Amino acid sequence: MKYLCLVYSNELELHSLPDSPKDAECMAYAESIQGSGRMLAAEALESVQTATTVRMRNGKMSITDGPFAETKEQLAGFYLIDAKDLNEALQVAGHIPAARVGCVEVRPVRQLNP
Amino acid sequence: MPDVAVTARVERVYREESRRILATLIRLLGDFDLAEEALHEAFFVAVERWQRDGVPDNPRAWLVSTGRFKAIDALRRRARFNASRPLLIAQLEALEQADWSDEDVEDDRLRLIFTCCHPALAADAQVPLTLREVCDLTTEEIARAFLSTPSTIAQRIVRAKAKIRDAKIPYQVPTLTELPERLDSVLRVIYLVFNEGYSASVGAELTREELTREAVRLGRLLVELLPEPEVMGLLALMLLHESRRLARTSACGELIVLDEQDRSLWDAGMIAEGCALVERALKTRRFGPYCLQAAIAAVHAEAATAGETDWPQIVGLYDVLMQAMPSPVIELNRAAALAKRDGPLAGLTLIEGILQRGELLDYHLAHSARAEFCRQLGRVDEARAAYERALELTQQVPERRFIEGRLKGLGVR
Repeated sequence: MKYLCLVYSNELELHSLPDSPKDAECMAYAESIQGSGRMLAAEALESVQTATTVRMRNGKMSITDGPFAETKEQLAGFYLIDAKDLNEALQVAGHIPAARVGCVEVRPVRQLNP
Repeated sequence: MPDVAVTARVERVYREESRRILATLIRLLGDFDLAEEALHEAFFVAVERWQRDGVPDNPRAWLVSTGRFKAIDALRRRARFNASRPLLIAQLEALEQADWSDEDVEDDRLRLIFTCCHPALAADAQVPLTLREVCDLTTEEIARAFLSTPSTIAQRIVRAKAKIRDAKIPYQVPTLTELPERLDSVLRVIYLVFNEGYSASVGAELTREELTREAVRLGRLLVELLPEPEVMGLLALMLLHESRRLARTSACGELIVLDEQDRSLWDAGMIAEGCALVERALKTRRFGPYCLQAAIAAVHAEAATAGETDWPQIVGLYDVLMQAMPSPVIELNRAAALAKRDGPLAGLTLIEGILQRGELLDYHLAHSARAEFCRQLGRVDEARAAYERALELTQQVPERRFIEGRLKGLGVR
């Protein structure tokens, strides 16, 4: 079953806390998940300063600078994985290096009905 | 007309085995509601079939097998509405008797408890789900016990079951690496049930026996299935608290504090069982907060009179407990014990320190303990103010009556 693991953390602290992971560690973890056959996709994201939000209402597209909402913690990256069950997904998510300084939301992917 | 003896036998099997059978069906069918339906249909068939063919040698296996067939029938009837059913039906048909042999049965109960207490489930759903699925309480009974409504409880249970299904929480006993945190959740749920029964948070009754009984039963089941030190510690703690039930309240429902309890009313059997468990647990040297709290309760239980209580040992145990599980409430309880060893002023100083830090300001027991020490030191005005503060903070009728009694004892302002 597919799960999306959304990594959240306070951007201002993500890279500067004593326990913060360096890029090398993040890449190594991604490789290990790839090696275990569970990886479907994973990316780190640029800062929320670079975000743009778009909406379409009544045929009119509106574009605003910034994330959809101002939050204490921001989306830092994601993993899309294939796991046997929630326990397995939680183990993968919990060991994402950024989980040490942020948190990871784990949600099952919904199969759309044709 | 069904034979009375057969019906009685079926009822006995239900009483003794239905929880085990349900746990196995849940594992095999992967769905709580399907399993419950299957369970009931299997027992229904049993009444008629056992009369015709005699009671089977292994009633449990027969009921699981029958339940499985009933579930397949039910799924077939619904297959039109759900595309995933054919696969499930095929899997169920392929199961063999070996898949529910006796050795697995105890594992199934353990799996069920761990699943109902999975930390991924809403905190307020774990207790009702466990009471419903593991203890077979009805939603009405659970609602009554927690002073909620059946629809609120039912909603929580339904959401929890939906989460188990949609997020695919597996029916599994956790692996060794997962076990410490998962076990924490199970112990927390059992202790919540016990505490709710032991000192009901709102209302006229001080205790709700059926909840403490269920908690102790769950604790016993867990010790049987998983004899870890903290599991033993929790059961010991519950037994030692329970042993004082009759002495805790007077005939008219008044609260009697530990110092003033008639110790001849303490249940010696529970005390013996509790103390033995504590000893066993402490010997493993892998004990934690539950064992330590149980050890403190055991020291109280072993004192023939209040005056013979080994307070220095209790303070020592609290010192260790504070390291394992630092919390202001534990600090408060330690202060009360310390006062017994070193006098009320020492206790008062500690409690005032906690309150000055801004902790326990809304905890009625902190204020009533402070009031008690002020009273003992002859500081009547301070004692009165503290008792009045405590009174503002508790809705529990016996506790309120107790505090009002103490206020009266201080004399008129």
